[in-house]
Amino acid sequence: MPPPLAAKPKLKIATTSLSGCFGCHTSLCDIDERILELAEVAEFDRSPLTDIKHCSAHVDIGLIEGSVCNAENVHVLREFRASCKILVALGACAVNGGLPASRNALDVADCLQRVYCERGVGRHQVPNDPELPLLLDKVRPINEVVRIDYFIPGCPPSGDAIWKFLTDLIAGRMPRLEHGLLRFD
Amino acid sequence: MNEIANRFNIDGGPVDFEPGQTILQAALAAGVFIPHLCAHPEFTPHGSCKLCTVTVNGRSGSACTIAAMPGMDVQSDTPELNSRRRVLLQMLFVEGHHFCPGCEKSGNCTLQALAYEMEMLTPHFAHFFPDRPVDASHPDVLLDLNRCVMCELCVRASRDFDGKNVFSLAGRGMASKIVVNSPTGLLGDSDLAVTDRAATICPVGAILPKRVGYKVPIGERLYDPIPISAQVGRLSGATAESGCCGCGSGASGGGCGATASATVAQKEA
Repeated sequence: MPPPLAAKPKLKIATTSLSGCFGCHTSLCDIDERILELAEVAEFDRSPLTDIKHCSAHVDIGLIEGSVCNAENVHVLREFRASCKILVALGACAVNGGLPASRNALDVADCLQRVYCERGVGRHQVPNDPELPLLLDKVRPINEVVRIDYFIPGCPPSGDAIWKFLTDLIAGRMPRLEHGLLRFD
Repeated sequence: MNEIANRFNIDGGPVDFEPGQTILQAALAAGVFIPHLCAHPEFTPHGSCKLCTVTVNGRSGSACTIAAMPGMDVQSDTPELNSRRRVLLQMLFVEGHHFCPGCEKSGNCTLQALAYEMEMLTPHFAHFFPDRPVDASHPDVLLDLNRCVMCELCVRASRDFDGKNVFSLAGRGMASKIVVNSPTGLLGDSDLAVTDRAATICPVGAILPKRVGYKVPIGERLYDPIPISAQVGRLSGATAESGCCGCGSGASGGGCGATASATVAQKEA
């Protein structure tokens, strides 16, 4: 008698936000009750949804929203790249810098000076606590720091777009967003 | 003796043409979409954006400038050509600052619509993040050079339609930019009027009529419900769009905010 087929192990999905607004995670939640279908084949590893702080050694799909604005973003992004088989840039900030990149035309020191010293309240000095991650001089899309496997544009991508992408990917199809799901705004 | 039929093939399908038509004009008139950005039915083509590059009898060329000839074999909708078009679009996106979520033109933007059409998911290349001037000196029209793709449609419209020569292209290579013909170089000191064709023809969000933004909600704009490839009739000039800023209101006359604000300005004057 042949041994029973071993249950297929669940995929591990990790998510995180670099410098973003968490709108893409909100869109992920917009898949609504379909998350139960997802839970049948996948479990969430590191994610704001699980509050797990670090990725497992082997994650199947990593979804990253937000752009790279500071040293901590670089650290988190590299950890994700090292842990995830497939890394996905989720949303406009991750794909092309998005709104945070609008500061790229400005001088960072001038920005900090104006925000904290000229317009701020309280101590009128630029925060310099050692725990604060250092800002980069330019905001970068994540593909300018590590290799990215897939991109889902949109600000944010709709829940339907994320669902279509994930179901295509998990089913082994080349993920494809048709007109209406592929949006930049 | 039989006359040679004015007919050629695009992607294996026959297209009839009128003598004098370019490949692009004949294709659009026949309902065949060839991606293009700087070509416009109202103006003489100059083949600068290269998005309409097709293969004609084995050689590459711009469909907007090559005259249609009987018996030509034109390839357009091929994976190789679309891949090249996608790369051109990606380069246009990284060269400027095209932040679609913050642009009033989103949904009405030809650059964006073509990127959707070519299924561009990422600009791919390292972004330039340029810091170019935003000229808000004109009471009715905004000029944001960060979004300019230098298609020169505003130049052609101002020169050939409005007879004003408000815009011109200056500089070479990376230093190329649109300049304004006024004593100060500012749009507010030029004789551009919001009713000018040049004020409404920009295919991206570089020249925008003021106080029109978000008149049509995002999601209901020109290219939101229907892809650009399915709007061949409008692109060929079969449906007039003169007088409208492409705001998606569908106005061909006085229905959109661009013409409405001009009317207000005229009344105030």
